[in-house]
Amino acid sequence: MAVSVSTTVMNNVEAVRTTLYDALKTDPNVILLGEDIGARGNVFLITKGFLEEFGPQRIVDTPLAEGAIVGVAVGMAMEGLRPIAEIQFADFIYPAFNQIVGEAAKTRYRSNGDYTCPMVIRTPYGGGVRGALSHSVSIEALFYHVPGLKIVAPSTPADIKGLLTTAIEDPDPVLFLEHKKTYRLIKGEVPQGRYTIPLGKADVKKPGNGLTVISYGYYIHQALEAAHALEAEGVSVEVIDLRSIRPMDKTTILESVKKTRKVLIVHEDNKFGGIGAEISAMLVEDAFFDLDAPIRRLCGPDVPPMGYAHTLESEYMISSDRMAQAMRELAKF
Amino acid sequence: MASKMVTSQSRAHVPQFERHGLSDEQLVWMLRNMLLQRTIDNRGFQLNRQGKIPFAAGSEGHEGLQAGAAVAFHKGKDILAGYYRDLGLFLGIGVTAEEALRSQFACASDLSAGRQFPHHFTKKSIGLVSISSVIAAHCTHAVGFAYAIKYRGEEGRAVLCTFGDGATSEGEWHESLNFAAVQHLPIVFLCENNGLAISVPVRKQMAIDNVSERAPAYGMPGETFDGLDPIASYDAVKRALDRARAGDGPSLIEGKVHRYLGHTTDDDDRTYRSRDEVAEMRKRDPVPSFESFLIDHGVLDKARLDEMRKDILREVNEATDRAEAEPLPSSEDLYTNVYAGETQPWR
Repeated sequence: MAVSVSTTVMNNVEAVRTTLYDALKTDPNVILLGEDIGARGNVFLITKGFLEEFGPQRIVDTPLAEGAIVGVAVGMAMEGLRPIAEIQFADFIYPAFNQIVGEAAKTRYRSNGDYTCPMVIRTPYGGGVRGALSHSVSIEALFYHVPGLKIVAPSTPADIKGLLTTAIEDPDPVLFLEHKKTYRLIKGEVPQGRYTIPLGKADVKKPGNGLTVISYGYYIHQALEAAHALEAEGVSVEVIDLRSIRPMDKTTILESVKKTRKVLIVHEDNKFGGIGAEISAMLVEDAFFDLDAPIRRLCGPDVPPMGYAHTLESEYMISSDRMAQAMRELAKF
Repeated sequence: MASKMVTSQSRAHVPQFERHGLSDEQLVWMLRNMLLQRTIDNRGFQLNRQGKIPFAAGSEGHEGLQAGAAVAFHKGKDILAGYYRDLGLFLGIGVTAEEALRSQFACASDLSAGRQFPHHFTKKSIGLVSISSVIAAHCTHAVGFAYAIKYRGEEGRAVLCTFGDGATSEGEWHESLNFAAVQHLPIVFLCENNGLAISVPVRKQMAIDNVSERAPAYGMPGETFDGLDPIASYDAVKRALDRARAGDGPSLIEGKVHRYLGHTTDDDDRTYRSRDEVAEMRKRDPVPSFESFLIDHGVLDKARLDEMRKDILREVNEATDRAEAEPLPSSEDLYTNVYAGETQPWR
């Protein structure tokens, strides 16, 4: 995305950190609550130093209770604060499921707009970090079915800043997913000063006209690596970073597919009932006659998350080589 | 401490009673609130049995506690995070009889625009928080409201969070009390213990006699009071709310009440309790008891009581007729207020 302001290079952790910092500086209604976000400065050091600067009333180390972290934030939001609740790992979000699905997402609807729930739930998700069964999961498919929620899963530092700023200012609850493998692996230029990106807008990370790859999160970087490799073989691949999972950008997907006529969807979350299933259904409904090949999905296998052993994790994760092979096969179809 | 329910005093000698600062006018208002709640409860069941509404829930037996709590609540300042068996409290803090009937008929003009079950009111203008039917889910919200009040340094405001005895078995109930205690928040947790969670008796919910016994473990004061007695209820709720408003932190208080009706119109309580059991409880029914008490203590006379009853019946009849004539939500109304803007998942 073209920006005319000067930029700073940072990694994804620093992008989350600087965005939260700016929000705390800008709006006294912004309150952070979660586990180990105070003196510890969050387990990834995202909030390091915040307690000292903003105090314990705004940087709330909560009791270890995810249902309460989200539920208390729902109450704060209804009363006009702008809470940013942190779930330490996405794997620990299940105790808060009702508060997210049954409460936050329904507050506006069930009160017919009398009460609203402007809040962000941030959580690190995803694997490839030797996180075993309970520090590796992807959770987006469990939540993207839910009207009333918005879900964002950016892949780059600039997108994190732009989308997290928008999410914090959004009038409705936003689930903000941060792929933990990208936290320190991915660096990039981030615009200085205020920077926002609208929710629901995908980004073409690499233009091409031979086939379209749709992904998000960590796999965007793997897909870009594979796509660049295929350029040498004469295959032009367009890579779309969804960035927002709900709402999702149909316009960008359809424009690309009408051009390339072939689609590969890649995500780490399980294949069955995943994000790729909804995109596939949409394409069959809206672009069936534009397709020159069956839609391909390269996704997490139908097992609970990746095991701890390196061999199990590797089998679960999709390497850029596997993505390149899938792209080659699709290009040949 | 607690007022005695004297039922057979001579009118010639008007006995004194501990009124905890309540004026005659407030006492009469409390009785009216109790009668109004009961009349609307009965109306809901009647309308259901007539096939006019699909569902109703009642709070019969909770009237005394709720009338007392409603007077202790500071209207326009405090926040109420209640539950579905709080009709009297809702009416007492500013939901109207007509709004209650509109909720029963699911009118377009209902506070939730016909979306919520009856008595799941939301009314931000009077500090009444939106609730779901998921038990104890609202307790964490109440804590969030209390946090906001404390964070902003708003003096003299508190949150009243009510729930039944069943709610106290939920994990989020525990999480709420613990969070509020750690943060020393201006909130009162008020248990309306009627001894039944639909059909499950309280002895299967917990191995102790009183919910309030848990309070010391959270680091807050606890108290159990007679929730059939409106004056004792007022006293207990007021002291706890005053404590919260003064910045002295949360409390867990518990009023022992009865539930005379089934859980809802869809529940046949004869499957889990005998009529004799209900008849025995009815001997202490808070509504006739408080009527007699006020008459015996010279606060009210029979003529004024009869007039009040007639007035309430007229109010509820008129509210019923008006609500029944109101239009239902249109098909378009299904789609609004999902988000602030458009509702389409695809952009």
